[in-house]
Amino acid sequence: MSKRSWLACGAAIATLCLGVSTAQAQDDILVGLITKTDTNPFFVKMREGASEKAKELGVKFQAFAGKFDGDNDTQVQAVENLIAAGAKGILIVASDTKAIVPTIQKARDAGLLVIALDTPLEPMDAAQATFATDNFHAGELIGEWARRSMGDEAASKAHVAFIDAHESQPTVDVARDQGFMKGFGIDIKDPARRGDEDDARIVGHEMGEGSEVGGRNGMETLLQKNFDVNVVYTINEPTAAGAWEALKAAGKADGSVLVTSVDGGCPGVKNVADGVIGATSMQFPLLMASLGVEAIVEHAKNGTVPAPSEGLTFTNTGVKLVTDKPVEGLESITSEEALKICWG
Amino acid sequence: MSSDDTPHFSEHAGPGRRVINFLHGNPTIIPFLVLVIGLAIFSLIVGKRFFHPFNLSLVLQQVTVIGMLALAQTLIILTAGIDLSVGAIMVLSSVAMGQMALTLGLPPEIALLAGIAVGAACGALNGLLITWLRLPPFIVTLGTWSIFNAFVQFWSGGQTIRQQEIAADAAILQWTGTALQLGAWRLTLGSVLMLGLAGLLWYMLNRTAYGRHIYAVGNDPEAARLSGISTRRVLFSVYLIAGAICGLAGWVLIGRIGAVSPLGGGSANLDSITAVVIGGTSLFGGRGSILGTLIGALIVGFFRNGLALAGLDVLWQEFSIGCLIIMAVGFDQWLRRISN
Amino acid sequence: MAAEDLELSAALVPDAAGRQPVLAARDLHKAYGRVVAMDGADFDLYPGEILGVIGDNGAGKSSMIAALAGAVRPDSGEIWLAGEQVRFANPMEARAKGIETVFQTLAMAPALTIVDNLFLGREYRKPGFRGRWLRALDRGRMRAEARKHLSELGLATIQNIDQVVETLSGGQRQGVAVARACAFGSRVIILDEPTAALGVKESRKVLDLILDVRRRGISVVLISHNMPHVFEIADRVHIHRLGRRIAQVRPDQISMSDAVAIMTGAMPPPTDDDQGRT
Repeated sequence: MSKRSWLACGAAIATLCLGVSTAQAQDDILVGLITKTDTNPFFVKMREGASEKAKELGVKFQAFAGKFDGDNDTQVQAVENLIAAGAKGILIVASDTKAIVPTIQKARDAGLLVIALDTPLEPMDAAQATFATDNFHAGELIGEWARRSMGDEAASKAHVAFIDAHESQPTVDVARDQGFMKGFGIDIKDPARRGDEDDARIVGHEMGEGSEVGGRNGMETLLQKNFDVNVVYTINEPTAAGAWEALKAAGKADGSVLVTSVDGGCPGVKNVADGVIGATSMQFPLLMASLGVEAIVEHAKNGTVPAPSEGLTFTNTGVKLVTDKPVEGLESITSEEALKICWG
Repeated sequence: MSSDDTPHFSEHAGPGRRVINFLHGNPTIIPFLVLVIGLAIFSLIVGKRFFHPFNLSLVLQQVTVIGMLALAQTLIILTAGIDLSVGAIMVLSSVAMGQMALTLGLPPEIALLAGIAVGAACGALNGLLITWLRLPPFIVTLGTWSIFNAFVQFWSGGQTIRQQEIAADAAILQWTGTALQLGAWRLTLGSVLMLGLAGLLWYMLNRTAYGRHIYAVGNDPEAARLSGISTRRVLFSVYLIAGAICGLAGWVLIGRIGAVSPLGGGSANLDSITAVVIGGTSLFGGRGSILGTLIGALIVGFFRNGLALAGLDVLWQEFSIGCLIIMAVGFDQWLRRISN
Repeated sequence: MAAEDLELSAALVPDAAGRQPVLAARDLHKAYGRVVAMDGADFDLYPGEILGVIGDNGAGKSSMIAALAGAVRPDSGEIWLAGEQVRFANPMEARAKGIETVFQTLAMAPALTIVDNLFLGREYRKPGFRGRWLRALDRGRMRAEARKHLSELGLATIQNIDQVVETLSGGQRQGVAVARACAFGSRVIILDEPTAALGVKESRKVLDLILDVRRRGISVVLISHNMPHVFEIADRVHIHRLGRRIAQVRPDQISMSDAVAIMTGAMPPPTDDDQGRT
């Protein structure tokens, strides 16, 4: 090609780039969502909610997820990718609430607004805002429910099994666990740590990793430790479903064991209707995600940072107790009502 | 020529040499001893709660799913390969069965067979990529692991099909969860299926020419080729069979958890490799046994169960499994080295 | 036989006892791109003899042997087995016709037993239903035959034929490999560097083993760099150079150093036309 043709090409490319960058500078807001995995319906609902809100507000949206619950590396890369892509804000459900913090700081330094969803980071103020269920309160509700359901026996004849998620004690895991204990009337000592309690009613803690398989294995092991388990706390509804299979196999699926959980997914609510789960605390992931997108767009337009709910260090997106066996003094909704607002 | 001139090779093996030769021929002795010693120690520490038929059969149930994956993995590792996608194939097969029976409305028996066929197809894909494109098994199955997981997500839409729905419309999918009471022992049909499959594979590996060829291809592919064995055909068929076994494992998984769930199976591939390695099968191919894998799976199950009942934290389970793996591989290496 | 075959087989020269060669080749050519491996190579092996094949590295003797064993297909030229012209597509066809090769690496799977290796690729199945449908191996028969073959070659003192091959010494392994080659009704056995990896004592045993093989009526092709070994047991020696046979000599009529000199080209080959015949 002749020198003139090269020059013409160069000019054209330069104009194109200039045009694109100016176009970028105007209002092309990119919001990123990073969840723990993309298999858990909770996160699927979050993604849907965020995506819809983004479309409604006319902003760009990208979703990322780790390969498994606990996969920090993929989330780190996702944050870095979003920084490089010029995102205005990140919504993140952290798999490892401590390890992700340095990367979050990088994002904040680059001017992005980081909002933690569902799982607070450690320390909580590593993110500029947290939109979450009050997981402690969620645990408290089901713990209270279990205590009131047992009545007088709760103090003397209770044998409580705990099926948590991970050995590494992520915030959401600890919060729900300790909340349940407080609601049930167990002295939790340090609310930031699980396992430091010495109440004789505790049969043990097993790690189920939030899946049915883990729930089954964990329940079996706890039954082996003490066959008289009559209260079960599970971190989420898939775990509860697995635990139920173990109870069934042990001949204890006759209603003599109170199974509690947290989440409020539609399969979980149906399990409440079927008597598999006694009570579950419903969360609102769609609300979390759409509020989060709104907040990022607001921040991109006029720099406002969302304020936490009154009296809390985070924005509470609410929790409702779902049970078909309501107890006096504790507000709850039935499974039928819950089916209308459940997710997944 | 007189008979003194006929050549002969003297064979005066000392006692040390004889022990080594014995171990060479029967490498499964070591994992078996580890299992027995482990059972003894936990019985002492935990007591009757551990060494009771109910608990022992419980552990058998708990290791059944991983055990089936480990059987598939054994065949592959014997050919000096490895399969990181076994867990994903299993979950994909179970999702296929569930979705075909409940969402697509196929007759449950057809859905069951089709699900197993999906597993076989995944295995065939692995086999094709490895034999045709001659790519290393580790890399291939690393890739197909992600690909199959993506299909799981796609096909299930992230949804779990609940136990009650399956019980209502496709109960056969939960058949492997049916319990069998034999005296104080409580087995599931899934465990029986696994043991039966193990027996079948044992027969195939030890009593048929095909089994000998699998060992030969893993131990010395050049020698196998020069003996007229089609190494490509052997390798492809092994991956295909393994995929079908993973499909069967998907059926057993549904029986165990009652539901069809896209969760789970995450670390199943590594767990299956753990069982195979602790059972004495060499990652370098050509050495190992089905019995060893069963023992390896049981060792992992009993250690987890025993340590949990002894009240120790979950992290000690991980620690001990890690130690067992290293000891097993170290022992295999030592055996190989002193034979040269 | 076609007229063409008759004409060419007239080129096959019988030995002093009037026997035709059991394995012969004429005018073999093979090139890999610009590299010429065989440049009109000839070959004669007479029944019941041990033929030593010597040649420098790169002389092309491996290609010629590979062609005779069916591992390589020559671009042109003819090969005869027991007077009949043959063309092998792969080593299995050569093996089926009775040409067995014992490779330098022995081609035995170290973790498999002696019996397994002996019958690798040609296992016996049990008769009837169990063999056809259950595909059961006839291990009893294979073990009995393995023991028979080993003792025929004087290897009876390998006590345990269910021993894995890697626990055997180098010489024992060589013995098992040779026993495998003899076991399936072979007419010709090709041994590629059988003593290369062995010490003095074990080499001695292997050489005696080769003599035993000849005693059983099998013709042996012995490829070796070890001149003393070749000169000790070979009846004739085939000298290969630059892709073709340049001489056939008898060890009792020529010195080792002269043979080496011919092999390297330092000395011209003998002009007499008796081809080293007995």
